[in-house]
Amino acid sequence: MPETVTFKIKRQDSENSGSYWETFTIPYVANSNVISCLMDIQANPVNSKGEEVTPVVWESNCLEEVCGACTMLINGKVHQSCSALVDQLKKPIRLEPMSKFPVIRDLTVDRSRMFEALKKVQAWVTADGYHDLGPGDRLAQKHQEIAYTLSECMTCGCCVEACPQYSSGNNFLGAAAISQSRLFNMHPTAKNIADERLDTLMQEGGIADCGNAQNCVEACPKSIPLTESIAEMGRQVSGKLWRNIFRA
Amino acid sequence: MSKQRVIVIGGGLAGLAATMKMAELGMSVLVVSFLPVKRSHSVCAQGGINGAVNIKGEGDSPDIHFYDTVKGGDFLAHQPLCKDMCHHAPYIINLMDRLGVTFNRTPEGNLDFRRFGGTLYHRTAFAGATTGQQLLYALDEQVRHFEVQGLVEKMEWHEYLGAVLNDNGRCVGAVIHNLRSGEIKAEKGDAVILATGGPGLVYGRSTNSMVCTGTAVTSAYLQGAKYGNGEFIQIHPSAIPGRDKLRLMSESARGEGGRIWVPRKAGDPRKPKEIPEKERFYFLEERYPLFGNLVPRDVGAREIYDICVNDKLGVHGEMKVYLDLTHHTREFLDQRLGGILEIYEKFTGVDPREEPMEIFPAVHYSMGGIWTDYTRTNEGLIDHQSPNNQMTSITGLYAAGEADYQFHGGNRLGANSLLSCIYTGLMMSPGVLNYVKNVPEAAEDIPETVFSASVKKWHESYENIKGMNGKENPYALHREMAEEMISNVLIVRENSKLKSTLDKIDEFESRWQDIKCVDTNDWANPVPSFINQLWNMIQLSKIITKGALLRDEFRGSHYKPEFDLHQPDDFRPETYLEFEKQKESGTIKEDAFAPEHLAYMKRFSENNIKWLKTTIAAYQDGGPEISYEEVDTSLIAPRPRKYD
Repeated sequence: MPETVTFKIKRQDSENSGSYWETFTIPYVANSNVISCLMDIQANPVNSKGEEVTPVVWESNCLEEVCGACTMLINGKVHQSCSALVDQLKKPIRLEPMSKFPVIRDLTVDRSRMFEALKKVQAWVTADGYHDLGPGDRLAQKHQEIAYTLSECMTCGCCVEACPQYSSGNNFLGAAAISQSRLFNMHPTAKNIADERLDTLMQEGGIADCGNAQNCVEACPKSIPLTESIAEMGRQVSGKLWRNIFRA
Repeated sequence: MSKQRVIVIGGGLAGLAATMKMAELGMSVLVVSFLPVKRSHSVCAQGGINGAVNIKGEGDSPDIHFYDTVKGGDFLAHQPLCKDMCHHAPYIINLMDRLGVTFNRTPEGNLDFRRFGGTLYHRTAFAGATTGQQLLYALDEQVRHFEVQGLVEKMEWHEYLGAVLNDNGRCVGAVIHNLRSGEIKAEKGDAVILATGGPGLVYGRSTNSMVCTGTAVTSAYLQGAKYGNGEFIQIHPSAIPGRDKLRLMSESARGEGGRIWVPRKAGDPRKPKEIPEKERFYFLEERYPLFGNLVPRDVGAREIYDICVNDKLGVHGEMKVYLDLTHHTREFLDQRLGGILEIYEKFTGVDPREEPMEIFPAVHYSMGGIWTDYTRTNEGLIDHQSPNNQMTSITGLYAAGEADYQFHGGNRLGANSLLSCIYTGLMMSPGVLNYVKNVPEAAEDIPETVFSASVKKWHESYENIKGMNGKENPYALHREMAEEMISNVLIVRENSKLKSTLDKIDEFESRWQDIKCVDTNDWANPVPSFINQLWNMIQLSKIITKGALLRDEFRGSHYKPEFDLHQPDDFRPETYLEFEKQKESGTIKEDAFAPEHLAYMKRFSENNIKWLKTTIAAYQDGGPEISYEEVDTSLIAPRPRKYD
């Protein structure tokens, strides 16, 4: 069993400053994940040169891969750092912030763009009110199984980090938002505004921006069938285009 | 009057339910959250949400749900609130279904329900094993819609520091810390709702998320708000050990038939699957034939402690037992428990569909919290228009969800927390707006000096923290404090240990003064916030520990063996109702009861007179001053609990 474990961490002090690498070597403890090691560094923030430095800043909350907060690049691969187990990682372990979003500090990034995309595709049910209007529609178990899978998306950003089309230079909605539009277009009442969602997907940054690299589905920690969602929304968009042509 | 608004602190289920409801009623709402609200701790709730919809035709009803809740809480909960909550539960489940929650379905397409602890009915609606996540997402979506419409404004990446109080002590806004720029400023609000969750981090590692420090409610306590039932901390029977966190293994695993067992032979070195059936001790099933593996959590956690510590039968001699689902097919397990089994597999590398899981008890939930008020109707329900509902003892400062104290008594039933969070958020909203309409002066019209004085105080406090240059690392100090709490203020509580822990906490408080602020940057620096939170966690640990020390009884999650009333094995709770009836009529026919039953009932009755009360902690001279307050038990007569 190793006595220590070494981390190479890409750090950045503020939004506009340059980045630099810092190495930390900490005592090996069995059953560690990346977060528990970052916590160890916090409790004793000394780098490999023996210099006292500021603790590494990262974002996390649930630590059980349901909130999406602690996503980062671990040995170059995008993943939640809570479920990245030290024993399964090649050493030294390299940590970097996600590359598709503005860095706030160290491993923390600003993923607001993903939440803005959810506004654009109107990812919600339009309710008449929150008073007692009785039960919702009955739904088949098969319907629930698909909807539940899509609804597990935690807006973590793995899919868009892995996507070659998604970049700070464009306004591609990304797989997560496209998949959410599928979820709401199949809901018995949210589909009342299905056409509005398709209009958004037809615009610049919409479905046509997908290059079909299929990296998204590989990167998704929740195994959401993102490429199926994109294909399905592609079909819906085509259908609407045909309808538009015939109507004209 | 100027334009008014309400500030909601916290974007979990309670906060977003209140936001959504108030926005529906036309009120502007500012939501302040540490993180994007979609990442709130509510996502960790797994098993489901309770409501007596009676889909299975078992004869379940809101009144039985109410009874189970009150009994589960060992009669310490406020009954009108519980009753109102349980009666609204079916509507809340229907509402969440309408809002798009992907609840599991029956073959006919109805909502499916599973069993959970502390009840004999299928009462828990669920969305796979990530029900909290799914419920939160539905509310997040509604709130996002209001955001687009301009009724809701979100300040994510901001932390609440304290309430702004005017000269009369009325809350007129909140001091907010921008976690990126470091700026501290006041936000004006005609009411402020703390929906900031529980305090699991006081115990370091728990099933709670990293934001669950209890710091917002502790700040309210330090500003003069009362804190209720602090000592009632729920220990969940089943968690997965971890260095950074003790991940929850949902009670739904047992609701779907999971069985708890240990090898009959102490320290049995064999692998679990090599141990034949007759050499396994299904201790919950043997000891509680009626409820079996679905006893309430306080009972389950104590039994696991007992089997591991007293009987020394823990797996491999450690504080661990097996939770076994391997008798089910993979398909069944994936469909109904997929999410939690994946978590177990991801974090331990063992497939729970093939091997029994190893689990142990962990800090999970705080029944206690900031004290809040309510107004009951003659029918024993809640007057939803009353501005008192959910108001803390600071006028205009409200609380909702796990942050409050009065729904779960001495022990919370599984799947009642999601319910109580959404319920309080929805229920309180009309009353909060009635309060806001009638404030003597809108927050907008209050002199700037009131706000700037609060900001100045907090600004100085943070500057002082940044200047701290002592020897203690704040994170290391937190670990040490948490160890102390875990060691002595957990499942089994002894007065001598509680006393020494109180002394220890005082030491931690003096050592806090010697902290080094290990990061003094202005930009996106979490360290000063953490040092402030640590101070609050120290104050909160005093509330919990002192409350535990002074409460000399055994109730719900608060177990002091010294004060166990030793219920006779053959005692039935109905006997006690007869005893109480006779007592009220003036004469007790003593020979009508078995002598040891009679003696037990006398002990029980005397104990309730003394201890069936809410613990109130008020901040005074640097620590909690403890007093006791009556509980409304007018609807269901308190009686001994029994689950076998």
